[in-house]
Amino acid sequence: MSEIRDDLRYTENHEWVSLKDGTVRVGITDYAQDSLGEIVYVELPEIEDEFSQGEEAASIESVKAAAPVYAVMSGRITKVNRKLEDSPELVNEAPYSAYIYEMEIRDPDEFEHLMDSEAYSDYLESID
Amino acid sequence: MSELLLFEKSKEGRRGFLLPALDVPAADPQEVIGPSICADAPPALPQLCEVEVTRHYQNLARKNFGVDLGFYPLGSCTMKYNPKVNEEAASLPGFCEVHPLQPEESVQGSLKLLHTLTSFLCEITGMSWGTMQSMAGAHGEFTGMKLFRAYFQKRGETRRNRLIVPSSSHGTNPASAHLSGFEVVEIPADSRGLVSLEALAPHLDDRLAGIMLTNPNTLGLFETDILEISQAVHDSGGLLYYDGANLNAVMGISRPGDMGFDVIHLNLHKTFSTPHGGGGPGSGPVLVSKRLVPFLPVPDVTQEGDIYRFSWDRPESIGKISGFYGNFLVNVRALTYILVMGCDGLKRASQMAVLNANYLMKHLKPLYHLTYDVICKHEFVLSAERLKKETGITAVDIAKGLIEEGIHPPTVYFPLIVPEALMIEPTETETLETLDRFIEVMKHLHRRAYEDPQSLKEAPSHMAVSRVDDVGAARHPRVCWEC
Repeated sequence: MSEIRDDLRYTENHEWVSLKDGTVRVGITDYAQDSLGEIVYVELPEIEDEFSQGEEAASIESVKAAAPVYAVMSGRITKVNRKLEDSPELVNEAPYSAYIYEMEIRDPDEFEHLMDSEAYSDYLESID
Repeated sequence: MSELLLFEKSKEGRRGFLLPALDVPAADPQEVIGPSICADAPPALPQLCEVEVTRHYQNLARKNFGVDLGFYPLGSCTMKYNPKVNEEAASLPGFCEVHPLQPEESVQGSLKLLHTLTSFLCEITGMSWGTMQSMAGAHGEFTGMKLFRAYFQKRGETRRNRLIVPSSSHGTNPASAHLSGFEVVEIPADSRGLVSLEALAPHLDDRLAGIMLTNPNTLGLFETDILEISQAVHDSGGLLYYDGANLNAVMGISRPGDMGFDVIHLNLHKTFSTPHGGGGPGSGPVLVSKRLVPFLPVPDVTQEGDIYRFSWDRPESIGKISGFYGNFLVNVRALTYILVMGCDGLKRASQMAVLNANYLMKHLKPLYHLTYDVICKHEFVLSAERLKKETGITAVDIAKGLIEEGIHPPTVYFPLIVPEALMIEPTETETLETLDRFIEVMKHLHRRAYEDPQSLKEAPSHMAVSRVDDVGAARHPRVCWEC
């Protein structure tokens, strides 16, 4: 059973999201890292990049596949996790600490539309 | 036993040849070609005698695996047997000793071959005309995208910049579209594993350039709504691209042109039995519907009576896409295949390919989960997800187990929409005995997963190379040999 944290929000593409002072922090869930398998490369966005919700902001490559990480909300990238450039395995080891990017968001309402832990748990059961 | 590299075997001064004494005055390379492009020192090439080099490559070749050695059910790749008669035709001196710069009148046979092959492929696919220049599938896709671009530019519709690909598509499709400057829009497969009009509908606007599809798709399923899809895309001003990777399922039965496709590429190294995979090269002819003919690459090969010519008279052409005329000798092999098979033979090949795939699917689905449980075309996708949950054995472990049994693994982890995917394509050229043995081996591996998973995790155990560290290799690639 993959780990789901109560204090985070989730997307159908298996990203987790936390919100603090108008900035969201985004990573991929335990379920996502387990499905991808051993991660060998993370392509990060550039700071100051602007994205609309749903656009591809980063990508994660495992030995099996390459998967996009979407802009979970609309906004501007303020920080990226540079550690992942040399140590992509951190995403496998600790998916909820190994965030991928931080984004200053335009519309806080978008956050409210994301799934909470209970809804994400139901969602995982529904696709299993 | 692992084979040392030629560099590791090298001994200073060893040679495979003796040159006679120089009978002309020695020239100073610095003077002749100039110091700017003259290296400071000779290249560090390995130094060996002939017998060592011969043995080196023979030993490597013995460790290689190919369709001439065993079953090769690599999904989506159509690793059918390559008949030896193809090689006979391609080694005729009139074909293999011509030079691309020879005058037209001295290569009439070669030009006739290109013209004939184009006509035959158009007949098989229902398209109007094409080019044999593209070197392989992805090159064909890139050419196709250039044709899309030229068509919209000519019409002044530069806003049309979005290309739809389904989530099950070949990775090269979005890659080719992206490289050609299009914005890629991915749409999900529906519960049938197919493209649905519902998923398509939101994208049918004046920004739509078109859609890239294989039919049957990568799940081995025929896109039953293709006529409605093609109507909807055309009605909104877009074009349809057909990736010919899966033509082997429908050859002689249905035609992409009749389905409404505007541009297609074929993989001669898949459907038309030319060499494939390392041994290639490939060939990826591009064929188009009538309205895209003016944009095809130059030169075209035209026929006037008994005379064949290169024609450069195509003012709206996207230009040349390869140095000369494509992988010519591969095209010779493909035409040989078509002529040997004949119309009925090509159709029968597709029917047998579909029959063989369904035979394997029926026998394997009780053990390995079949996500889309319907009659398939030339290939099908099993999932080792249940096995992974119950035993820890994954698709890649099954693949490695097959290597031990002398069978090439199927395609694994593709398409991405099936977890722990095993994508199996037997092709038409396998006997019932070969198919039955594959079923037995797959059953055996399934038992082994429950009874002795550890040994399967370590497979292959008696090959020249056992389980490789693919993660380490990807995280810390070392691609240069160092002393």
